[in-house]
Amino acid sequence: MPYLGSEDAVRELRRALSNPNVQSDQLRYRNTVLKAIRAMSQGVDVSDLFSEMVKACATVDIVQKKLVYVFLCSYATLNPELSLLVINTLRKDCQDPNPMVRSLALRNMTNLRLPSLVEYVEQPLAAGLRDRAACVRRVAVLGWAKLHNLQPDAEIDAAVVNELYGLLRDPDPVVMVNCLRALEEILKKEGGVAINKPITHHLLNRLKESDVWGQCEVLRILQRYHPQSEDELFDILSLLDASLVSPHPPVMAATLGLFLGLCSGLPAVSLAALERVRGPLLAACGSTSRETRFTALCHIQLLLRSLPGLMGAHYKRFFCGYAEPAYIKQRKMQVLVELVNDENVAMLLDELKGYCTDVNPETAQAAISAIGRIGRSYSDRCLEILTGLLGLKQEHITSAVVQTMCDLVWVCPQCSDTVCSALEGCEEMLQDSQGRQALLWLLAAYGERVSSAPYTLEGFIDRVRSEASLGVKMELLTTTMRLFLCRPSETQDMLGRLLHYCIEEEMDMCVRDQALLYYRLLHCGIEETHKVLHGQRSDPSLGVLIGRPAEPINQWAYSFNTLEPLRQAGVETEPASRGSPEHVTFDPKPNTDLSDTLNCSQIEKVNLGSDGASGFTCSSAKVLAPLSLSLSPALSPEEFEHLWMQRHAEQGAEKLEEEEEDYVCLEERIQFPAIPPCSPQSLQAAMQLVNIQTLAFTPPHTLPWRVYLYTHTHHAHYGSTLVIGELLYIGEASRRVAAVKKGMEDGDVVEGEQEAGLSGRALVRKDGREEEVEVTLKQQPRDDNALKGFLSILTTVLHTLSSESS
Amino acid sequence: MISQVFILSSQGDHLIYKDFRGEAGSDVVSVFYEKVTALTGDQPPVVMSHGDLHFVHVRQGGLYWVATTTSPGSSPFTIIEFLNRFSALVKDYCGSLSEKSVQMNFALIYELLDEVVDYGYIQTTSSDVLKNFIQTEAVSSKPFSLFDLSNVGFFGAETQQSKVAPSSAASRPIQSSREQGGRSEIFLDVIERMSVVIGSKGVVLKADVEGEVRVKCFMPSCSEMRIGLNEEFSIGKSQLRGYGAAVRVDECRFHQNVHLDEFHSNRVLRLCPSQGEQTVMQYQLSDDLPSAPPFRLFPTIERDSGGRLLMYLKLRCDLPSKSAAINVCATIPVPKGSVSLSQELSSPDQSAELKLQNRAIDWKIPRFIGGTQLSALFKLEVSGLSPSSLMEVGPVVLVFELPQLTVSGLQIRFLRLSPVQPAPSQRWIRYVTHSDSYILRL
Repeated sequence: MPYLGSEDAVRELRRALSNPNVQSDQLRYRNTVLKAIRAMSQGVDVSDLFSEMVKACATVDIVQKKLVYVFLCSYATLNPELSLLVINTLRKDCQDPNPMVRSLALRNMTNLRLPSLVEYVEQPLAAGLRDRAACVRRVAVLGWAKLHNLQPDAEIDAAVVNELYGLLRDPDPVVMVNCLRALEEILKKEGGVAINKPITHHLLNRLKESDVWGQCEVLRILQRYHPQSEDELFDILSLLDASLVSPHPPVMAATLGLFLGLCSGLPAVSLAALERVRGPLLAACGSTSRETRFTALCHIQLLLRSLPGLMGAHYKRFFCGYAEPAYIKQRKMQVLVELVNDENVAMLLDELKGYCTDVNPETAQAAISAIGRIGRSYSDRCLEILTGLLGLKQEHITSAVVQTMCDLVWVCPQCSDTVCSALEGCEEMLQDSQGRQALLWLLAAYGERVSSAPYTLEGFIDRVRSEASLGVKMELLTTTMRLFLCRPSETQDMLGRLLHYCIEEEMDMCVRDQALLYYRLLHCGIEETHKVLHGQRSDPSLGVLIGRPAEPINQWAYSFNTLEPLRQAGVETEPASRGSPEHVTFDPKPNTDLSDTLNCSQIEKVNLGSDGASGFTCSSAKVLAPLSLSLSPALSPEEFEHLWMQRHAEQGAEKLEEEEEDYVCLEERIQFPAIPPCSPQSLQAAMQLVNIQTLAFTPPHTLPWRVYLYTHTHHAHYGSTLVIGELLYIGEASRRVAAVKKGMEDGDVVEGEQEAGLSGRALVRKDGREEEVEVTLKQQPRDDNALKGFLSILTTVLHTLSSESS
Repeated sequence: MISQVFILSSQGDHLIYKDFRGEAGSDVVSVFYEKVTALTGDQPPVVMSHGDLHFVHVRQGGLYWVATTTSPGSSPFTIIEFLNRFSALVKDYCGSLSEKSVQMNFALIYELLDEVVDYGYIQTTSSDVLKNFIQTEAVSSKPFSLFDLSNVGFFGAETQQSKVAPSSAASRPIQSSREQGGRSEIFLDVIERMSVVIGSKGVVLKADVEGEVRVKCFMPSCSEMRIGLNEEFSIGKSQLRGYGAAVRVDECRFHQNVHLDEFHSNRVLRLCPSQGEQTVMQYQLSDDLPSAPPFRLFPTIERDSGGRLLMYLKLRCDLPSKSAAINVCATIPVPKGSVSLSQELSSPDQSAELKLQNRAIDWKIPRFIGGTQLSALFKLEVSGLSPSSLMEVGPVVLVFELPQLTVSGLQIRFLRLSPVQPAPSQRWIRYVTHSDSYILRL
């Protein structure tokens, strides 16, 4: 066919369509229609052919009918009047003996999307619901949903809704699922289809009849159901158990979503479900479809937030394939970082090292920063790799290595010696602004130990005029200032030049203001400058101490099996935690991404500083260093209550006859002015961040205000202990009355546990008017150091909370 | 809930566009194409948003298969699985998946879409159900002929043997069997993908095999089919059967239509295949392969006095001598400043080429017989060669196909159809192992 402009083509087609000779020959007629549709899907506007197509609709040829309907549905909204003509044909088709024709007519009648036609459509739709062919009923059911959405404000016909509810019992599973879908849309204002016990059980019993898609839909809608009893809940769960390990990822994901919804109050069951889906998820990670693979990886990252050990044994499954696209490789590396432990660290680092020279610079950089993340726990091995990479003398690799070192040193100050010696000679290789910024930051922090620091800075200052990046200029100012403080003679001259340039010539207001600030600061004297620039540094290594907490499942369950996990690319990667130390205030949150498999020997080297945010000095820092908290094994509220009451009973019954300590009961007061406004959610979240589980609390603003919590301490040398505790705030008036109870101990020891009792009371009170909470802690078995460590963590959390809320 | 489905060619031509819910205009197609082409390498392109419309897409057959949805709570697993399934259906019905076949069969694809999705809800994707509704006939790009051997893919050189069906035999529309009447065929493929990492000292660090048994059925009526696997087939670590060499897999999943009542006693799978392609069984095996990995590499790498990099590579194929690997390609990463390559290869059919764009040498071996050893000497001119440049060499990646071989040892004992087909039916059983990722560290 010769090339025709779109108008010519349309004219040609119209002529052919209205040619009686063509119309009489079925095959030719069909082919002409086909041409029109082809033009349509190539983007040619063929809406002018509407009236010819309406005529072409009246044919016995089903293929042609289908083609015409595709056309009509696309252009009906442009020709509402002509569409009225189609309705007659369609209504006639609805009486056709062939069910395929009936369903086709019904479907396209509702697909025209013309509100003016609704009155003609209702009657055939109502008849369609009672049609004997399932395929017609399927279409009719969804037809009502389409009709409703055409006139969202119209009254809902109760009879139709009832009929749809009745059709939930239709023998055809697709009709049943379509009823759910239609009711969900029609009753949107009332919160969707009613999910009560009989409906739920009916749907569950028929789940197996549906195909994958129907099952997913049913499982999704069932999330709204709340079982009335625990027995019922467990019946449902065991019914769904097979779907949880379904070979079809959509079913597996939908079932797990339902599990997590149903078991939101039973964390132990949810965790067991996560364990159960490990196999299917891993299989999805090896799927031939890379999109499925990516989706599975993103969801594994979610799961790992609550169960960091879930994939530990399967780390090899996350090794990157050679031909995989970069975005999958990067996700895999993020997962690998989470899985590192003493046994596999050598293998993992070997593997990651191989990716560092990847042809794709993004993959290479991701691999380098992954090594840096592992370096927080295994710094020696990682630094060796990183310094080795500098030898490659490649721009993107050097830049990534310097940035990674910068992040690493911030968390692990003990690495600074190696880093300082590696820095020499890097500056020529650094081209991008992030890399240079990182180098400058390192020079600021460790300038006195890098002999060539002033020369490097000099180079930067000489080129400052041509410097395009704002960040580099700001960093350069700070670095020169700080270097001036420790090596004044070498840097005085260049500092002067830099300040002069920035104040007199720089066009950017931020840089200029910063320079002015430093200039005036210098006028205040060197003492003052020192105080500002070398202000007390908060200690991020506290984050290492706490480790990455296992988040409760509820924190991410809402986003499971939605598009969200796929979208947030690299949320797990570095938060912007870096910066000049004086600009960073202690905040536990940026550390949430730390790996929780920490090697204790190295933490011991970490010197815990005092925390500037609280008025409390941590005298036991050295002792508590190797302490970590964890929530497993989980303690149910019942067990907690039992333990707690048991202790109380013992306490009440036998007065401390002998100090033959079986467990520790410690009472403490902590300043916590934020109690009344403190919301339970934020308290719970803060506690969970450090692996303390809150089990129960009174609503805010009630007195006395109580919180019950528990955790397990793990000590490198002394094993683990269980700590249960209560926070109590009884209000201003009654506070004085609170008696100090003495913890005691008892004889009937549970199978040889070495138990100890100690009661103590230490007031950290500074000021009588400050509000304080009473902390009662019980520990079993006894371990004073661990208890003290726990107390200081708790204190830190409470202080952080109160400083945040004030 | 899917709002629209469309198919784009890799150049952005609109091939198919269908709007199910009228929630967004057709202009989003171009928006999508702009977004997807503007992506840089590190952005995961699977999900993209435009306003409150979310695009989910997969790539199959060089085409973009896109679904849009307005609800961010939609299950990504479902949408992606649907798109994959839909493209598989299109492949079944059109015979192959390409821009051309989609273009020629657009009427058929519209018809399929109409039956598969209604108002954004997936109705059915089962070809058994669909065959009753689909009326349009597929248009093949060229008439199929068993003797058309121009398209060598699956079995490479093996295709010339008369007893093996050519790879193109299975790429034809499933419906044609209805009209052509005569040829009712069934293909049973055992396909395995290996991912292996071998350390620098020749230690196998990782060896995974993902396998599947696929049936492609061109029979209009096949009531039941029985597939017998090796009797020694066992699942899991502990279970051992028989006295012969056990064929063991770690995990095994079956299609939901497979009846397993005879599986535990006789290792027989029973199913009623529907027309078109389906995966009957997927299995997976980690770390503990029954045989040695098929390839070993013995490298010697040094700098010569003239500032060149010398690489002497010996590659050994440990397959049984009756088997051979085909289309073997070894990719050897080289230092950044590499300029030119001179080579000495052990036989004339091999070739090697320096790909500067990928910074790698591609060493191609069309056919590599088991039990033999090949060697290559590469001399690389590298500007600015330094000791640390050696770090950039490696790991070597091998791509290959092993026809008529499964690494796991899985075999099909028999394939029986019942009732016995009146017309002569042909049953093909094919095995192949692909390298998913075969990495040899230096």
